[in-house]
Amino acid sequence: MFKDWFGKRKRYATLPGVQPVRREDAADAAAREERREIPEGLLIKCDRCGTITYVKELDKNLKVCRGCDYHFALSAPERIRITLDEGSFVEYDADLVSEDPLGFPGYPDKLAKSQAQSGLREAVVTGEGTIDGFAVVIGVMDSRFIMGSMGSVVGEKITRAIERATEKRLPLLLFSASGGARMQEGVLSLMQMAKTSAALARFHREGLLFISVLTNPTTGGVSASFASLGDINIAEPGALIGFAGRRIIEQTIRQKLPDDFQTAEFLLKHGQLDLVVHRKEMRATLAKLLDLHQVRRVGS
Amino acid sequence: MSGELPFEQPLVELRRKIAELRAFSEEKALDLSQEIARLEEKLRELEQEIYGNLTPWQKVQIARHPGRPTTLDFIERLLDDFVELHGDRVFGDDPAIVGGIGKFRGIPVTVVGHQKGKDTKENIARNFGMPHPEGYRKALRLMQQADKFGRPILCFINTPGAYPGMAAEERGQSEAIARNLREMAALRVPIICVVTGEGGSGGALALGVGNRLYMLENSFYSVISPEGAAALLWKDASQAQRAAETMKITAQDLLEMGVIDGIIPEPMGGAHRDVDWTAQRLGEVIAKALDELMRLSPEELIEDRYEKYRRLGVFTSLVGMADR
Repeated sequence: MFKDWFGKRKRYATLPGVQPVRREDAADAAAREERREIPEGLLIKCDRCGTITYVKELDKNLKVCRGCDYHFALSAPERIRITLDEGSFVEYDADLVSEDPLGFPGYPDKLAKSQAQSGLREAVVTGEGTIDGFAVVIGVMDSRFIMGSMGSVVGEKITRAIERATEKRLPLLLFSASGGARMQEGVLSLMQMAKTSAALARFHREGLLFISVLTNPTTGGVSASFASLGDINIAEPGALIGFAGRRIIEQTIRQKLPDDFQTAEFLLKHGQLDLVVHRKEMRATLAKLLDLHQVRRVGS
Repeated sequence: MSGELPFEQPLVELRRKIAELRAFSEEKALDLSQEIARLEEKLRELEQEIYGNLTPWQKVQIARHPGRPTTLDFIERLLDDFVELHGDRVFGDDPAIVGGIGKFRGIPVTVVGHQKGKDTKENIARNFGMPHPEGYRKALRLMQQADKFGRPILCFINTPGAYPGMAAEERGQSEAIARNLREMAALRVPIICVVTGEGGSGGALALGVGNRLYMLENSFYSVISPEGAAALLWKDASQAQRAAETMKITAQDLLEMGVIDGIIPEPMGGAHRDVDWTAQRLGEVIAKALDELMRLSPEELIEDRYEKYRRLGVFTSLVGMADR
């Protein structure tokens, strides 16, 4: 019964007027009756273990399921809120928006829809702020925006953030959540991989610290560029991280892949990550690493 | 000639007709020279019509032609005293990428490139030109070696993409590609990259961060294969032809977008029809670019390469200034 009620989609914010469109059967009709007594968006079911929690409780727990530790996706604003010191964030380049360089079918609509649904202009938010007093340049991708894919704007914003961090000699912190390069901008998206990586080459030469945090999912052209280039690469538990998609690999090698394939834990085991850090420990871990690199605290 | 592509069928028919007519005229001792000349003229016109108006999908087919010249074909024709070097010093030697040192018109250079096979057996050995991480790491090792000895680097790109396999993921396919992008940006020697056939996404780009980027006339370079795009867009891989047109992946498209520095001509019908001729054109372009780049200091080379990729991207600023 509960299962029918909440549908298959993860929903943790009330979206007035937005209802999943599907056929209604008798069970649904009954559920509809019941639902009237429970305000919309109050409860949420975990995708992995099915535990049902109050949305408020889940938020309080940094959107980590109390049943199975599943890390729900965070929006870029949510991530910034739980990572940076309160009120410290100053955004960069919020004015940049995508064009449709290929005249790709449906792309302008897709952009408009993503903007309306996410409240963001693009799939990454960049800026600077402090973590426990340590000043950092930060970039956070948002998987709700065309799967967090990287087109010209994402590439440009990340490159500018790297360039500012280089100029200001600040550590760089990038949270990735992306399906890869954005198909709708064709080869220009591919070139953003080279652009961001070249900016990191300069940053790297200056002896500055880059911590890459890979969150669910980080794949394709993003994992094959800046996200893998941290001095320290951290992932959230259970995050899907890889180059090629699971289905493509299964079709290519014609065998079934292990369940944990391309998870953060799998990558850690294979030497591809420095750390897997629980969301609750992330801020403290970042602060500790910044301190270990003798990053100056603001005001000291 | 064998290995004709489907769109070349009308030419095949016409050539056969001419050959038949010739044989008939000899056998019967009849003078059909006028008729043969007429058909040959028609053949030339038809060739012009077909090869002069190749669609993106036809170019994809030419780029994938089994007889398409490979990196080793170009090395054989362009370099003297070539010594192939092997291995990434970590895991293995990836046969999908070849590399080594040779002399290009008297100048020692390092060459790395994807290597496809010409037949099924060879292709299996070469994994169809789809590298594992150790391939990219071998390429980087050789490029850093070139940096140490001040040798210019030539990169030949021709791959369907990085290999999507379990072992590749375990050994860090993403990291290997990413590292190449960053490290190539930092090398202090001239880097000249040429897409010679298939430019398959990140697996191609991992050998593609250079001061100059050229494409052979019938090569293509894409963020996703036409088949992959079709599967995502229309849930139907057989729509690849349509995807090839939508994605803007030809040399001409990339030149227009400012992504590449020039197009290297191929003989009519594609590079496989005359590998020597193609290699000559390729050599001329490389020689000119090398001459220009070898005048630059290491710092200028790095700066030049940075600017090349820095300006790529199309977007708008809402504060009023259009940028690109």
